[in-house]
Amino acid sequence: MSLRTPSVRVLSAVSVVAALALSGCAGGEASSTPVPEAADFHATDAWVKAAPADEMTAAFGELVNDGDNDITVVSATSPAASMIELHETVQNESGQSVMREVEGGFTIPAHSTRELAPGADHLMIMGATAPLLAGEEVAITLTFSDDSTAEITAPVKEFAGANETYEGGDK
Amino acid sequence: MRPRSAGATRRQFLLGGAVAGAGAVAAVGLDAAVSARGTDAAASTPLNGDVVVPFHGAHQAGIDTDAQAHATLVALDLAADVDRDGLRRLLRTLTDDAVRLSRGEGALADTEPELAVAPARLTVTFGFGPGLVARAGATAPDWLRPLPAFAIDRLRPEYGDGDLLLQIAADDPVTVAHATRMLLKDARAFASPRWVQQGFRRAHGTVRPGTTMRNLFGQVDGTANPVPGTRDFDEVVWARDGWLAGGTGMVVRRIAMDLDKWDHLDRPGRDQAVGRTQATGAPLTGTDEFDEPDFHAKDALGFPVIAEFSHLRRSRPDDPSQRIFRRGYNYDQTPPAGLVSDAGLLFVSFQADIDRQFVPIQRRLDELDLLNEWTTPIGSAVFALPPGCAENGFIGEGILT
Repeated sequence: MSLRTPSVRVLSAVSVVAALALSGCAGGEASSTPVPEAADFHATDAWVKAAPADEMTAAFGELVNDGDNDITVVSATSPAASMIELHETVQNESGQSVMREVEGGFTIPAHSTRELAPGADHLMIMGATAPLLAGEEVAITLTFSDDSTAEITAPVKEFAGANETYEGGDK
Repeated sequence: MRPRSAGATRRQFLLGGAVAGAGAVAAVGLDAAVSARGTDAAASTPLNGDVVVPFHGAHQAGIDTDAQAHATLVALDLAADVDRDGLRRLLRTLTDDAVRLSRGEGALADTEPELAVAPARLTVTFGFGPGLVARAGATAPDWLRPLPAFAIDRLRPEYGDGDLLLQIAADDPVTVAHATRMLLKDARAFASPRWVQQGFRRAHGTVRPGTTMRNLFGQVDGTANPVPGTRDFDEVVWARDGWLAGGTGMVVRRIAMDLDKWDHLDRPGRDQAVGRTQATGAPLTGTDEFDEPDFHAKDALGFPVIAEFSHLRRSRPDDPSQRIFRRGYNYDQTPPAGLVSDAGLLFVSFQADIDRQFVPIQRRLDELDLLNEWTTPIGSAVFALPPGCAENGFIGEGILT
């Protein structure tokens, strides 16, 4: 196996059922089978920066929405992380680039891509539960605003940049 | 032998990833016809920088691939703590890098993906030294060990051996530099470079594809090579047994060439030393580079036309199983103070069984070869090159999974 192309599958049967129940609100179209947000989602080129146990690091990649409606990632979890936050990088009043938790999650407009990259939006891994070694794969579960979920597989890579993620926003 | 065809070889080049070999020519022609209407004709000329050599296949790329203009060979030593799992992680990562880079894409986490957009026939070829095979817990072929000591050798340890070999080659030196850096960054947690050797041939577009290279002595070098895509080549190059089936053995020798001493030798002496004319590469008994040498032909005095001590006579086996496929590069580095050149040949040969095919030839050259007056082997390494892999596979999976 080479590093697998990040794969996505819809995990939450419950949320699919919930979405089905809401279908009556979707209007009268014959083809209006409700689509969970996760079903329109896939990720490409996902990766995680290598880190020792307990340290902070981050995950990056391209979040792709193939559907006709905007979708929003509201949270993320992983067995490899004690906690994951959705971070954005913005300028503060003094013009300094700082990270902060994004409000309202990562919205991916219909038929478009949102890039998570060092120095920009990213999934902040607040503490690695074990050393994240180069060449390993990390599974990350993304939860969308309709509670549907998708799993990304991201290989771990050595990376010298993305150091702001270690500073916890202090820098 | 016969002239090399510029046409199809086993590993076809893909233009735009869609069409192969002779089909590519047709497709390019079609593209030209379609785009000729009202568009800039130059825009339809395919750039060599866009040409992709497929990474995946039964054999690794970079062996039967028509030699690119530039190559960097890196040998790495594994860190002491790298176990079988570490090797697996390393080779999966490097395979993924190689796949993406050879397609003309940045690697994952590539900080300079802009440098990857012109693959220019990039190939990345992996070789395993005895140390890596042992670390994987696999059985090495008998020949995977340092070559026997030869009397002509003046080996420098800084150009010898190694656990993992990367051969990174493309028609563009920027592409090679970027791919090399990306691979070494990803290897850094596992291994450190032991030696790096860079080589070059004629630039792309300078001579017709398939033209035998000339070394820096001016000699046509590699005429007797088997031709990729033939049964002959397959028998010489590809191993057939065990985890190495579809792979091959690689010999890397750094051969210093004393250009200043060579300058003392006039043309007849040069031709005698080699057994071929420098002008055409033809054997002294023929007129064309690919004419078969006639070792029985005698001159007016009764001496062999191709001398017994010539490189051609000494390197040509009587046993047809003693054949190799050469794919070397020139090197020309900054000379030491007081000298005007420090040049030579980065000799690379591929053969299924190094002990059976390469060593007997080298023994003969060690015993007698007039060319030894001007050449000195200063580096030597041997690697086992595992077979290629399919998509979703990785190089070395045969001994690591």
